[in-house]
Amino acid sequence: MVLKGTVHKYNRPNIDTDVIIPGPYLKIHDHDELAKHAMEGMDTNFINKVSKGDFLLVGHNFGCGSSREHAPIALSKTGIKAILSPSFARIFYRNSIDGGYLLPIEIEENVLEKIDDRDEIEINLDTNTVLNATKKESYPIKPFSKIISDIIEAGGLFNYKIP
Amino acid sequence: MGMTLTEKILAHSSDSKTVTPGDIIFSNVDKAMIHDVSGPGVIKVFKELEKKGHKLEKLWDPDRVWISEDHFVPASDRISADNVIQLTKWAQKYGIKKHFKYGMGQYGICHTISHEEGLVLPGEVYVGGDSHTNTTGAIGAFSAGLGHTDIAYVLKHGKIWFKVPETVLFKVTGKKPDYIMAKDIILNIISDIGTDGANYKAMQFSGSVIDGMEMEERFTLTNMTTEAGAKNGIIEPDSTTVDYLRTRLGALNFNLIKGDPNAEFSERFEYDCEKMEPSVAKPYSPENVVPVREVQGTEIDKAYIGSCTGAKLSDLRSAAKIMEGKKVKVRTEVLPAAQSIYMKAIKEGLVTIFMESGAVIGPPTCGACCGAHMGVLGKDEICASTTNRNFPGRMGHVTSQTYLASPMVVAASAITGKLTDPRDL
Repeated sequence: MVLKGTVHKYNRPNIDTDVIIPGPYLKIHDHDELAKHAMEGMDTNFINKVSKGDFLLVGHNFGCGSSREHAPIALSKTGIKAILSPSFARIFYRNSIDGGYLLPIEIEENVLEKIDDRDEIEINLDTNTVLNATKKESYPIKPFSKIISDIIEAGGLFNYKIP
Repeated sequence: MGMTLTEKILAHSSDSKTVTPGDIIFSNVDKAMIHDVSGPGVIKVFKELEKKGHKLEKLWDPDRVWISEDHFVPASDRISADNVIQLTKWAQKYGIKKHFKYGMGQYGICHTISHEEGLVLPGEVYVGGDSHTNTTGAIGAFSAGLGHTDIAYVLKHGKIWFKVPETVLFKVTGKKPDYIMAKDIILNIISDIGTDGANYKAMQFSGSVIDGMEMEERFTLTNMTTEAGAKNGIIEPDSTTVDYLRTRLGALNFNLIKGDPNAEFSERFEYDCEKMEPSVAKPYSPENVVPVREVQGTEIDKAYIGSCTGAKLSDLRSAAKIMEGKKVKVRTEVLPAAQSIYMKAIKEGLVTIFMESGAVIGPPTCGACCGAHMGVLGKDEICASTTNRNFPGRMGHVTSQTYLASPMVVAASAITGKLTDPRDL
């Protein structure tokens, strides 16, 4: 599978769920409404910057804090297809996969510096590489473990058959 | 090689003889919890699945599930009122009887309800639709937070996948000074390992200080393992655990499962409690920890004693001891974490102490801790709080600031209107 899109870079570690979708919106369960407030704690113009199929590039421990599934839901409904980060907080990671919302992709720490905001990239999940079309460079990504790639392929946990 | 308590529980729950950190397992779940935020999320997942042809007429075991109303009670607006109505109908449809409803007897913050009501026993696998589900691990259970799709899966199938975590051991010894609370200990630990220091891992606590701690203080430790990214926090059950559960459940026999003596921990940390100082986590991270005296005198706008972390009965007792006979200098809010705790606080005279000091007493709710309602912070306001998170905007306006501290530190700060070490009051 190859994904192509534009990068939106927020080079800050520990971007937490209160920033991704602030507490007052937890009562909302309309996914399109949640998208309007995605990343509001950091960038109130986020929704207007992002197009369908785009990527986020962020610092380590992305999605730390609460278990609110509103976080991957809001981001995915803005059009974000994958997030590149050196690491993810555990509940955010599994929510993204098990709900089938978006792909949390782990990169090496130094890749964070090599990709700039608005770079065009291609994520190749067959070869586990990222091709930076803007800079004509490529970087490795960490392959998904078997259960994660199986759940992704199934389209979420409810469609996954326990072996 | 032996197994840690977390590994033993996970092995048993997955019908395996042994498990090793890194193994992917499907655990049979013993207990599950949803609240007024994750519950409507679960309902939505069920509805979407039914549209796609999934059969979801029955839950795996409604008697093993409970519901707390805590984040948006009393209803903050029509949306949150509707969420509770929807949740109530759904609970009735699926036969969930343990629904701790606001305004109908016992209710409160989900994690407090879980231990106050003795709903989770040592050795069990418990999952909740809230990140601070780690709290209940102090009972000697595997207790972890999940999102609402995972919880929906558990409610349907009674099982869920886990990657077996490695266990990190935190041994706390020394003579615990009176002014040091579990909150100071866990803040110092998070300061050392960072907010992702235990990401995907189990944090286990032991040592003479833990042995001597009452259960409510132990829950403060496991509660904040979430702030280090941990999958679960855990403490081996002992006579204190048994006494706590017997008080609530009667003369039951509990399975006091412990880790093997030759269990392997991925890392070990040791702390001398005598050397610890009353501490605060400065904005905007729970790892940003300094002794209170380093920031002593910082003016605050509000003191908040509430949440699953800092409004248990022992927390209220500690705060009341400091506030007794004194007047608050800033807006001070005390919200007991559960109705039962509120009642005990009234009977013990704690509520009178708080009210005579000028503080306002509010009903149990998570509202202000997550910046949702019932006392959110305004622009640039500064709060000393017994809660667990201080990210930007966590308790209100994105420029507001929260200093996380023990109930004693927050109480002392309420009296002076400035961040204050209780020893200096």
